[in-house]
Amino acid sequence: MSQPNRFSNGGIIDRSLPISFYFNGKQYQGYKGDTLASALIANGVSVTARSFKYHRPRGIVGLGIEEPASMVELEGDFASGNNPITIVPIQDGLRANSINCWPSVNFDFGAVTQLFAKLMPAGFYYKTFKWPNWHLFEPSIRRAAGLAGAPERPPAQCRFEARHAHTDILIVGAGAAGLMAALTAGRTGARVFLVDEGLNPGGSLLNRALEIDGAPATDWVSKVVTELDAMDNFTYLKNATAWAYREHNMIIVNERSPKDDGVLERSWRIRAGQVICATGAIERALVFANNDRPGVMMASAIQGYVNRYAVRPGKRAVMFTNNNSSYAAAADMVKAGIEIVAIVDSRASVPAEAMALVKGLNVLEGFVVTTVKGYKRVKSVTVEPRHGGASSSISCDLLGQSGGWNPTVHLFSQSRGTLKYNEDIASFEPDTPVEATLSIGAAAGLMTLQDALDTGFKAGIDTANKSGFSGVTGEVPDSRDLAYKIEPLWRVENTSSKGKAFLDIQNDVSVDDVHLALREGYTNIEHVKRYTTAGMGIDQGKVGNINIIGTVALQTGGNPQDIGITTFRSPYTPVSFGAIGGLREDTVAFPYRHTPITQWNRDRGAVIYEAGARWQRPGYFPCKGETFQDAVNREALSVRNGVGVYDGSPLGTFELKGRDVGKFLDFIYTNIMSNLKPGNGRYGLMLSDDGLILDDGVTFRVDENRWLVSTSTGNADSINQHMEKLLQTEYPNWEVKITSVTSQWNNATICGPKARQLLGRLGTNIDISPEAFKFMSFRDGRVAGMRARVVRVSFTGELSFEINVAPRDLLELWLKIMDAGKPLGIEPVGSEANHVLRVEKGFLSLGHEVDGTIDAHDLGMGWAMSKKKPDYLGKRSVALRRAGGGVRKELVGLLPINPNTAIPEGAPLTPDGRKEATEGLTTACVWSVTNNCWVALALLKNGHARHGQTVHVRLRDEIIPAKVTAPIHYDPTGEKMRS
Amino acid sequence: MLNITCPFCGSRSESEFAFGGPVGGDRIDPNNSSDAEWVEYLTVLPNPLGPVQEKWWHVRGCGEWLTIWRDTHTHKILEAPHVPT
Repeated sequence: MSQPNRFSNGGIIDRSLPISFYFNGKQYQGYKGDTLASALIANGVSVTARSFKYHRPRGIVGLGIEEPASMVELEGDFASGNNPITIVPIQDGLRANSINCWPSVNFDFGAVTQLFAKLMPAGFYYKTFKWPNWHLFEPSIRRAAGLAGAPERPPAQCRFEARHAHTDILIVGAGAAGLMAALTAGRTGARVFLVDEGLNPGGSLLNRALEIDGAPATDWVSKVVTELDAMDNFTYLKNATAWAYREHNMIIVNERSPKDDGVLERSWRIRAGQVICATGAIERALVFANNDRPGVMMASAIQGYVNRYAVRPGKRAVMFTNNNSSYAAAADMVKAGIEIVAIVDSRASVPAEAMALVKGLNVLEGFVVTTVKGYKRVKSVTVEPRHGGASSSISCDLLGQSGGWNPTVHLFSQSRGTLKYNEDIASFEPDTPVEATLSIGAAAGLMTLQDALDTGFKAGIDTANKSGFSGVTGEVPDSRDLAYKIEPLWRVENTSSKGKAFLDIQNDVSVDDVHLALREGYTNIEHVKRYTTAGMGIDQGKVGNINIIGTVALQTGGNPQDIGITTFRSPYTPVSFGAIGGLREDTVAFPYRHTPITQWNRDRGAVIYEAGARWQRPGYFPCKGETFQDAVNREALSVRNGVGVYDGSPLGTFELKGRDVGKFLDFIYTNIMSNLKPGNGRYGLMLSDDGLILDDGVTFRVDENRWLVSTSTGNADSINQHMEKLLQTEYPNWEVKITSVTSQWNNATICGPKARQLLGRLGTNIDISPEAFKFMSFRDGRVAGMRARVVRVSFTGELSFEINVAPRDLLELWLKIMDAGKPLGIEPVGSEANHVLRVEKGFLSLGHEVDGTIDAHDLGMGWAMSKKKPDYLGKRSVALRRAGGGVRKELVGLLPINPNTAIPEGAPLTPDGRKEATEGLTTACVWSVTNNCWVALALLKNGHARHGQTVHVRLRDEIIPAKVTAPIHYDPTGEKMRS
Repeated sequence: MLNITCPFCGSRSESEFAFGGPVGGDRIDPNNSSDAEWVEYLTVLPNPLGPVQEKWWHVRGCGEWLTIWRDTHTHKILEAPHVPT
């Protein structure tokens, strides 16, 4: 029979819309408005999960986000793991499965771990499974305990989105308190945002049979929402969780079902003038042996399933409580036809107003439940007087439990407001706020419906006034609710029963585990949490954490206020990564940068790499049938023997203007720049003030007060920041203005012995003879009919002309170069060939030779460290680092003894190749087209003194001997580039 | 996610800025200080629980650097922002 546990009427579900869904491969029916939990309860499904560590059978415990026991993974296009079973709405085609069990949730091999439970208390992995090597055990342990896997693809059809908003008042929670505040504030005209995690407004009013102004509370909810929806100044986000409270009243909200087509989830970052936390309260469990059996449920959850979803979680119930609220739940259960065999109340005397609701029921005052019998379903409970006495057994199939209500203070606490322990409610409530926020209703520890309405009304006035709005209208409606009275029962201390009493159901943490942590000296509540992992699951211990504090208090003789509560962190409930990112992924977040030649590179068949700062650079240009090495060799040879061309546009370039530029450059570079004559340039090193190499580049002087500073491509942005920071915060009186011209000048660089010939063929009005146009200088003029600045600078070690033109002219220049260069055998050169050429010359590459410990002297560049300048950034620190003496790694060249053996980049060098601490590291190795062998650069201890020695590269399967040389394998005097 | 008032652009979200560290002392004379003093200048920065003066760069805005006084416990920004002159 379909849905045997569904009542024939009642509930806020739409019985005209039946829905089919699958759970663990079996098909069931439910109605629109059901959650997966309510629909499964309607179908009589009891075991829905297996616990994390011990694989104990578990059922449905709660009603909403606080659910500790049952997670499911969803299949299909919107696949996701670790969804609490209580918040997944059913829809046609839903396929959900239990996790962490095999082959099925009803018969799980993992249950065998229960036999070894004594060997696996909290923290067992700190003490066991270590010898001979814990890595042997780690994979199996990780496999045995775990949650759902991650989905393999993002949703195909919908996208995630992000928005920002400002508002006068943000109200979190659309229960009685939040709605009252929204109505009151909204009527004044203030901008109000109302955010609620539920699919429908009303909060707990949807689960309880309460009255407002003599009519069902849900009627009042509809009236209020109707009036609010008509206001222009009101925005309501439903199925939207406020999950983070950040500084200065920034709240982050995850809206899970925005009305717009194609948007799966929308993330909001809302900056509010005032924030009202109307987040209600969450019921906590009680702690007794086997309190995790399927059929043990939160009392308010049973009430919700009965009232809201019209399902019957059991036929024969016992209620176990320490406070008044469970009596209203019991009354609703009786009205729906569930038999309540007994109410077990740990209080010695139950208040009269509570007793009045359950006339005729068997109430055991001053009693506790000591254990639950039954494995896959509750069969009976054992009760005895709280302070000792004879025990008896009561058979039942449902146990409703309530340890009291905790104000939901998570967001308030994230805002750094302080909390205090209130004995009247035996829980923590907000104390002093830090941000412009206030808490109302149960979130403030005021538990009745009238409290919620009163505080909501007052908060609406307060926040509207603070936002500059007045003229409040309306009044607080009337309601009736049971007074909230409680006597804390942190755990059942009667020792007559055996069996685990869980404090954290999700992470399988029991009272014994917390006692173990305390015995081992982990007495701070934060240590108790981490040592036992209690409160660290997906539910973040929402139904158990306060009991842990109470348990610690009982064991140590402390009190909850002093023991304190662990820090609340966002997210309040899990948030998908997609929602956090929104559209900001891949090229939307971090666009690729192109030059005018990018398309030409693609058409030519270049293999495109991403170079520093997201530039799309060609790695190499393979011809048909060529291997990688063939192409790189061909390109490198063209530069060494003829002429090649590459696009140098991505290099960072900055124009510096002002009277003090020379002084500034002398300060940030290691060498002297201020004595450059206009038209000339110099290669320099930039250090940070603690002596590490920041960047290298060539700087040219344009005229008296104008300079061009170039940086490496990947560092353009950070060097810009470095220079701006110095000028604006440390030396604001120096007259230096920086303009980034990286995008203003693009260049095609022609290099090789035939470069001058090619430049002549392009046509230029510049005198390009070697005497007139020397190395490290530049000329302005026209090239190939276009306005150009030609710079003689070389990164390849060959004669080289960097032809700078406006970006709109670059493609035309490039095509003319390729055309004029054809008879000279011109090739376009990619970054791989450039790498070969610079390694042959021993030129510095920041990503390779500079590792954060190397200084200029180690690189053999002591000539760049000016001795004349009394001070520059990094000078003192370099000297200080070297002053201690000690062995330094120094840059050398390596030639493998076998010329056809390549050394992998990064390979370590060890003494004689022995398995010992390394004495060096290979920074680069390339096939040298000019030497016809593999050549490398390396950082080697005492390298400068070891030229000619044989050293050894040690790999896992091979030792490679190599000869140490000077770090240069081609044209040591540099005459080619100066020609 | 602080709300920072840039003196040129007005009240803006922290995401428009880059943090530039606390305001330490002026750079001491490297030629007139001991090794210990030099290392302390480089590595020891103000880190109070309470008000601290710190630098922010409005990098995704006007590009100017400014300093604010922020309370490291409550995140309150204690004074109008200051632009070094």
